[in-house]
Amino acid sequence: MTQPVELPRWIDVAVLPAVNLAMALLVAGLVVLLVGFEPGQVIALLIKGAFGSQAGLSYTLYYATTFVFTGLAVAVAFHGGVFNIGGEGQAIMGGLGAGLAALALGAVLPAALMLPLMVLAAALFGMVWGAVPGALQAWRGSHTVITTIMFNFIAAALLSYLLVGALKEPGNMTPESRAFADSARMPGIHEALGWLGVTWPRTPLNLSVLLAVAAAVLVYLGLWKTRAGYALRAVGFAPDAALYAGMSPKWLVTGAMAASGALAGLVGVNEIAGVHGRLLPDFVAGAGFAGIAVCLIGRSHPVGIVLASLLFGALYQGGAELAFEINGFSRDMVFMLQGLVVLFAGAMARVAAPTLARLWRAVSTRRTVAVGGAGHG
Amino acid sequence: MDEVLIGSVLASTLRVSVPLILCALAGVLCERAGVIDLGLEGKMLMTAFAAASVGTWTGSLALALAAAVVVGVMLSMLHGYACVSHGGDQVVLGMAITMTAAGLTVVLGIAWFAQGGQTPALPDSVRLSGWFEGAGALVAQVPWVGQALALAFFGHNLMVYGSLLAVVGVWWLLYRTRFGLRLRAAGENPAMVDAAGVSVKLLRYQALALNGVMCSMAGAYLVVAQNPSFIPNMTAGRGYMALAALIFGKWHPVGALWACLLFGFMDAVSIRLQGVELPGIGEVPVQFIQALPYVMTVVLLAGFIGRAVAPKALGRPYVKER
Repeated sequence: MTQPVELPRWIDVAVLPAVNLAMALLVAGLVVLLVGFEPGQVIALLIKGAFGSQAGLSYTLYYATTFVFTGLAVAVAFHGGVFNIGGEGQAIMGGLGAGLAALALGAVLPAALMLPLMVLAAALFGMVWGAVPGALQAWRGSHTVITTIMFNFIAAALLSYLLVGALKEPGNMTPESRAFADSARMPGIHEALGWLGVTWPRTPLNLSVLLAVAAAVLVYLGLWKTRAGYALRAVGFAPDAALYAGMSPKWLVTGAMAASGALAGLVGVNEIAGVHGRLLPDFVAGAGFAGIAVCLIGRSHPVGIVLASLLFGALYQGGAELAFEINGFSRDMVFMLQGLVVLFAGAMARVAAPTLARLWRAVSTRRTVAVGGAGHG
Repeated sequence: MDEVLIGSVLASTLRVSVPLILCALAGVLCERAGVIDLGLEGKMLMTAFAAASVGTWTGSLALALAAAVVVGVMLSMLHGYACVSHGGDQVVLGMAITMTAAGLTVVLGIAWFAQGGQTPALPDSVRLSGWFEGAGALVAQVPWVGQALALAFFGHNLMVYGSLLAVVGVWWLLYRTRFGLRLRAAGENPAMVDAAGVSVKLLRYQALALNGVMCSMAGAYLVVAQNPSFIPNMTAGRGYMALAALIFGKWHPVGALWACLLFGFMDAVSIRLQGVELPGIGEVPVQFIQALPYVMTVVLLAGFIGRAVAPKALGRPYVKER
């Protein structure tokens, strides 16, 4: 039944995601109506909350930073032909890595050494948590989807074990570590702009946002401008052909998962080093899963992912603002929308394609008929 | 004293295992037909919410269960529409259902009940009561093991016994009926089923419908038997644990039952072991026991202890060749 549908590239890249996103928004709008709110008012407040002020914009960018990391993580694995739904666990491990580095050396190292070390530690911990499921798939045949889900739970249990035990701050009732030394805190954008003499409201937005931009550029260069990236995409596209061409799918799959895990691990830098300044449970809060939605809407391309991250960042921030403004509105509306995006842009992405193809054929034939005269009759 | 302890550990093992068992059976049914279900968690959450909402409004157990079944089957049909009819990615669809469910249940819960996403406590008329309590009292008279047996196996609600019967039912359906043979064939070699003139798509839809019913029972159990009301995200990973159990049980209903009971036992024990020093081992961290089912599943899948082999056509949409 489902024949691959031929679509012009611009429709495939721009129109199809837009249609899918519109369908998700439509269903979400119906739910908004159903629970008794005015969709127009909700959208207006949402946009105002997300972009209407310096603080709102900063929050949007702060959320977007996290989504760029998890979205890129899903995309890199995806190009290698593996589906990484372990972003959640890899981000937890990344935070743990950054946190352990900060707790161990924060008192002795200056910020100039401490911060890069935390970034490396976060990437390394996430990398290991991604590479192991990748290697298990490559050499032992256990499917990454299942293994990464299991690794999410294992990571959460590990963090919670450490936070009620070895890393718990004595005398503190909540399960969290002691606060990091000042050198182990990623400067906020308000501080950075303050150095330049610009006043900016104090928000969680921190210099990790630059790291996110760098990550997006590096992923683009890595995937499309290097031999390894080419091999990775080849393996994802046609594993047998890649093997025949002398590439090593096993190592490439493991590598894709390692890179993916490292990217997800950087969430720990934004959240732990940038915002909380201490290790605490639940700092990932579903960002790993949000990465799937971001990657699907962004069509697994770094540019698309940055744009999709901004969209979701705006939804998160706007949603928080809405929950504050409208009585009875909950941010869970945004989580629902996220699920709907995964539904329409992911699982049902090709449902709209045949209809679009038919429309396109109708439009393009009419145009050729109009241009080429009535020659074909 | 020890009798009571053993009895109550076994009893709570059974009780916490029930949603796992029902959910794992749901997974077995559709994965044996070749459709991956990562949406178990979301289906369970949505059906629990449906049962709790209708139960609150009507006070009727039958209507609450019916609502759960309707929602469960509808979600499964969505699953079928996207993945069986349109060849959509089954893993992505499962994630979509789970993510949407987590948000939608809270949004609707706040709108309808204004209690931060919870439903009010369900009336007694919706809740299941214990069965075989009289028999349990008789068994308790038996010396030595009587008390433990009575506590462990009698006085549970209908769904506890029902879920055990369901294991037998699913086993019988899959391994002793023509439908079951075809269903399993659709998961191993769909082209052959097609060549025999049987519709692979219909079989997969049927498997998904059964999957929806089973999931809805698991969801309903959470609100009519386990908890007094619906709580946001009350499934708390049980759907994934059921998934782990069905893999651990090698996609076989009876294997899944043992895995669920094992995971349920760990759950029941982990609460009791909190702060207890075991001789020779010391205190076992709760988190360790909580993570153990997942670690075991990873190890099993990697083939280090035994081997779990998935149905061959699992996750592949069937495209009829022309």
